[in-house]
Amino acid sequence: MNLYPFVMEILQVLILLAIGPAFVGWVRVLKCWAQGRSSAGLFQPYRDLRKLFSKDVVLAENASWIFRFMPYLVFGTAVLAGGIIPILSTDLPLAATADVIVLVSLFAIARFFTALAGMDIGTAFGGMGASREMTVASLAEPAMLMAIFTMSLASRSTSLSYMAQLVMSGQSVLRPSIVFALLAFILITLAETGRIPVDNPATHLELTMIHEAMILEYSGRHLALIEWASMMKLFLFTALGIAVFAPWGIASSADLLAVAAALFFMLLKLGAAGIVLVLIETGLAKMRLFRLTEFLGSAFLLATLGMLSYFILE
Amino acid sequence: MNIHNAAQIISFLAALVLLCAFGMLVQRRMYGLIHLFAWQGLFLSISTAVVGFVAGKHHLYISSVLTLSLKVVLLPYILHVLIQRLKIQKEVETVVNVPMTMLIGIVLVIFSYHLTAPVREISTLVTRSVLAIALATVMIGLLMMITRRHAVTQIIGFLAMENGLFFAATSATYGMPLVVELGVALDVLIAAFIFGIFFFHIHTTFDSLDVEQMARLKEGD
Amino acid sequence: MNPGPVDLASLSVIILLCAPLLVSLLSRSQRLLIYSGFALTAAASLLAVFAGAWTVWSGETQKLIMLIGLPDLPFHLRLDPLAGFFLVVIGLLSFFVSVYSIGYVKGFLGKRSVTSLAIFYCLFLAGMYMVVLSDDALIFLISWEVMAAASYFLVMFEDERIENRRAAFLYMVVAHVGAIAILLSFGVLAGLATGFGSFSGYTFDAMRSAHFPVEWATVAFLLSFFGFAAKAGVIPLHVWLPEAHPVAPSNVSALMSGVMLKTAIYGIIRVTFDLIRVFPWWWGAIVLVFGLVSAVMGVLYALMQHDLKRLLAYHSVENIGIILIGIGLAMIFTAFKLPLLAALALTAGIYHTLNHAMFKGLLFMGAGAVLHATHERNMEEMGGLIHLMPWTAALFLIGCISISALPPFNGFVSEWLTFQAFLLSPSLPSPLLKLLIPMGAALLALTGALAAACFVKAFGVTFLGHWRGHHRPNVREADWPMRMGMIMAAAACLLLGILPTLAIGWMDAVPQQLIGASIGTSAGAFGWMWLTPVAYQRASYSGPIVFFGILGIVIAAYLLLHVRPGAIHRVPIWDCGFEKIDQRMQYNATSFAMPIRRIFGFLFNVKERVRTSQQTVHKAFPKKLYYSLHVRDRFWGWLYKPVIRASFWGSRKVGRLQQGRIQAYLIYSFVTIIVLLVFLR
Repeated sequence: MNLYPFVMEILQVLILLAIGPAFVGWVRVLKCWAQGRSSAGLFQPYRDLRKLFSKDVVLAENASWIFRFMPYLVFGTAVLAGGIIPILSTDLPLAATADVIVLVSLFAIARFFTALAGMDIGTAFGGMGASREMTVASLAEPAMLMAIFTMSLASRSTSLSYMAQLVMSGQSVLRPSIVFALLAFILITLAETGRIPVDNPATHLELTMIHEAMILEYSGRHLALIEWASMMKLFLFTALGIAVFAPWGIASSADLLAVAAALFFMLLKLGAAGIVLVLIETGLAKMRLFRLTEFLGSAFLLATLGMLSYFILE
Repeated sequence: MNIHNAAQIISFLAALVLLCAFGMLVQRRMYGLIHLFAWQGLFLSISTAVVGFVAGKHHLYISSVLTLSLKVVLLPYILHVLIQRLKIQKEVETVVNVPMTMLIGIVLVIFSYHLTAPVREISTLVTRSVLAIALATVMIGLLMMITRRHAVTQIIGFLAMENGLFFAATSATYGMPLVVELGVALDVLIAAFIFGIFFFHIHTTFDSLDVEQMARLKEGD
Repeated sequence: MNPGPVDLASLSVIILLCAPLLVSLLSRSQRLLIYSGFALTAAASLLAVFAGAWTVWSGETQKLIMLIGLPDLPFHLRLDPLAGFFLVVIGLLSFFVSVYSIGYVKGFLGKRSVTSLAIFYCLFLAGMYMVVLSDDALIFLISWEVMAAASYFLVMFEDERIENRRAAFLYMVVAHVGAIAILLSFGVLAGLATGFGSFSGYTFDAMRSAHFPVEWATVAFLLSFFGFAAKAGVIPLHVWLPEAHPVAPSNVSALMSGVMLKTAIYGIIRVTFDLIRVFPWWWGAIVLVFGLVSAVMGVLYALMQHDLKRLLAYHSVENIGIILIGIGLAMIFTAFKLPLLAALALTAGIYHTLNHAMFKGLLFMGAGAVLHATHERNMEEMGGLIHLMPWTAALFLIGCISISALPPFNGFVSEWLTFQAFLLSPSLPSPLLKLLIPMGAALLALTGALAAACFVKAFGVTFLGHWRGHHRPNVREADWPMRMGMIMAAAACLLLGILPTLAIGWMDAVPQQLIGASIGTSAGAFGWMWLTPVAYQRASYSGPIVFFGILGIVIAAYLLLHVRPGAIHRVPIWDCGFEKIDQRMQYNATSFAMPIRRIFGFLFNVKERVRTSQQTVHKAFPKKLYYSLHVRDRFWGWLYKPVIRASFWGSRKVGRLQQGRIQAYLIYSFVTIIVLLVFLR
């Protein structure tokens, strides 16, 4: 039996676990630079996680099993998604487990439980976060599907590995549909991973928060798992974008050199993605909740224009 | 640059023109609108030049330069000055339901694609697929004039419509004769001046550029 | 002669038709009645499941002609894979619900006699089985009416409340308007099959062998679609559904919502794919558009509800919409001669039919358990039930996950298949359809996400947080028969979710029978673990890996983190240090849906009013706020009010004929006889 795919699988999950926090650290460092502050360094997220893991859990009296189960589930879906998205290699045994639609639904189930956990304690903040999170998600979903639709038009597939391989094998063509889909995907990523202008990951105790409002009552290892998972989620969405729109460099053959190159290119692309993210985040302000219809409406518009221009222009 | 690449570049520019049209449809800020309009003119001018190069129609270069100077430089400049004179830089329009407008826009694109289907079948030009986009740009310009209330946005909608017409002419028949184009350009320029003069009058009369105010002009009931 | 599936199915119907006799004999001892009556229906349901599963498995068709009925018009029964599949759908949920009913109906003991409930329950099931078994228009309509009448009496069960009577009446009216349309549709088909002079076209076989001119076929299709849509609750014919389902006993709502609506789906498939067979693409477009509208509007209406059962009823509208999307796509693909894609879309549709039966049954059973324990349907009064009813909560949660189309449960698989069918729409030859159909996919995605939001609300407000109401009732967990019914339905949800390949392989005979193509071989090409509906390069899904993968990682993480015993301190709620929090400050159903109500409010008739009380120091600090919210169905005003007004107006005009004097009536009869004699010489 060929062991290579399984090795790659394990390597990918390890990279996800290891680099996820560093990517968030990188974004924070860049943001500090962009705003003229001094940063806490690339490794601050690791220190935060270690601190949280070593603390005791403080649990509200009326927390049910859903509240305690949620962190593990969110962590589990993130790790599983890491085994499916071609981060380093397209030759993964788990790649066929899920196509893009299933992958999006995997994140949806994590979100479902996060929202439930937000309502579990019975605080106003938790309910508010849950309500807003589900609203934003329902507006993001049509745009996401339309973007997937557009991306799958050219490759005739929703399977990530095939989409990546097809883009890599095809000659580089100027496709308006792909550009539109990419723009839409960036907007959706901002919404799904809770970045500015949809949600502010750095804020606490403000009426604008969404994700933080749901996990306000968490502490200790539970909070650590949630934080880790949300770091991985940002990483995974970036990796998803890379795999679909710019997969060049991802290893498709069983070759040590190719894997090393893939690792190098991945870091390079992540770095660039971080820069884009920071540019967007520093350039925009947090939007009012009811302006988000317009934001996500534009994402839907872009994705639909991509689909239309595929049929009309290509 | 072979014909295949050129077709791709033109399609891409067409997509950008359409994107600008949608952007103008939902943009609330005055300066943002003018910038989008200028960008649309730029893409239009490049695409005209590319069409001229591929088709070997050299008069298209002239119209390309004309577009560049008129729609990218002069008209935005005039509008800029106008806005500054009227002191309405900060004015933000209360646009009607943005997502709904976008959806109507999408429907218009599909509709124009459906309308131009017969032309697409008989035409042999490189640019035939762009015709649908051009028609959609015209319609979106009209939609913009319908949904907006501010006089400045209405004129930008009008100019965007003209952009669409120009684009349609380039894509359907490799451009109109130069004389016609020059005439149209002059018309647009003069229209812009006249609009500008009107704005001053409207503004002094109503102290606002909201065209809803003009409802007051109707006979008393 | 060996008994075939059709004999088993008939036996099941006979048992159900005879059961009322036994039940009425036992009406003295109500407890025994419940046990024996529902055990009997459970057994009959199992028999039907067995017969149906066998038929679908073998892919064979069996017929039976019964020489009862009208003279010269014998009843025709037929069990083909399509009928078999629906027999399984109905039978499976009936079995679960019958088991559940043993516990649930005991709640009525000492309050009212349940004899009528048991009798009509049996007749209701018998009617549904007969609808799918019947092979001629006559018995079809008879069974259809038996089903409608029995369910009418079931809705009326608690008839002392006026809302129940009103709901049942509305249901009856809509059902009958629909039934008339179906009758007319069959009339058109039968007339065209053998000519309007003879009556032998009433068998489905005669219709199958006929060729219909497209205009008449369209008339027949539109009539039958209208009739079945009224039964299925397709928007805008949905108004009876959110009225009737909440007031019926919960076991009946589970059946009505879970499987009775499916008989209408069965009717649509039967008439289009089996009886008419050849149709233009725009029939499919009609079904698709109604499906999309029902799906989106259904879930939005559901989000506005705070009555748990009403919310679930609106979700039935949504899910019927999703099923119709699959069927509509299948019709479009069939019309354009793309049988493989049609098979995919049809499989998605019927798979969702099966799935919806399971999870909607489960959810209504769960809602029934809550109602049973708290005597409360209003979610605004509930909360924190997960601590008091852990079983019900966990099982209801499984239903919520399934209906929200989240992996690895069953609702996801069928919606995923529908998405795959959508993604294949670019292979259609019509350019306009290519551009328009993807919009449908976006609407379906919106529906799925809104459904998830709605069930976060439903579960979160009902089971999580603190009790929201003023009086806290003494809540007890559901008893074992109820739990068993729900556990079996939940298990079905999970199994259908993680083993879709087996299920699709099994139901393959249905698209094979109707379209002549199937996706079973390509879907299961890589073994039971991988679902590859078209080709493995196109898309693939592995339910088992998603389920066991997540489970494995969760367990591993849990164990790893519990190597070092970390203390868990139970403390009061923190809530950012806010101390005076009480249970009235929680989010409730209305506030949860507020952002969505605001965004999509233009689709409803929303009346929101906030009033401040008078005696205040300053108007910024009112002592009390009164908030009232009314969300109304716009269709009621647009469509039903004019009809109601017109019919009242007409009735008043006709009412003038009522003189109250015997001579006047005699004149009417006399005139009628004269007219008849003149014209029919």
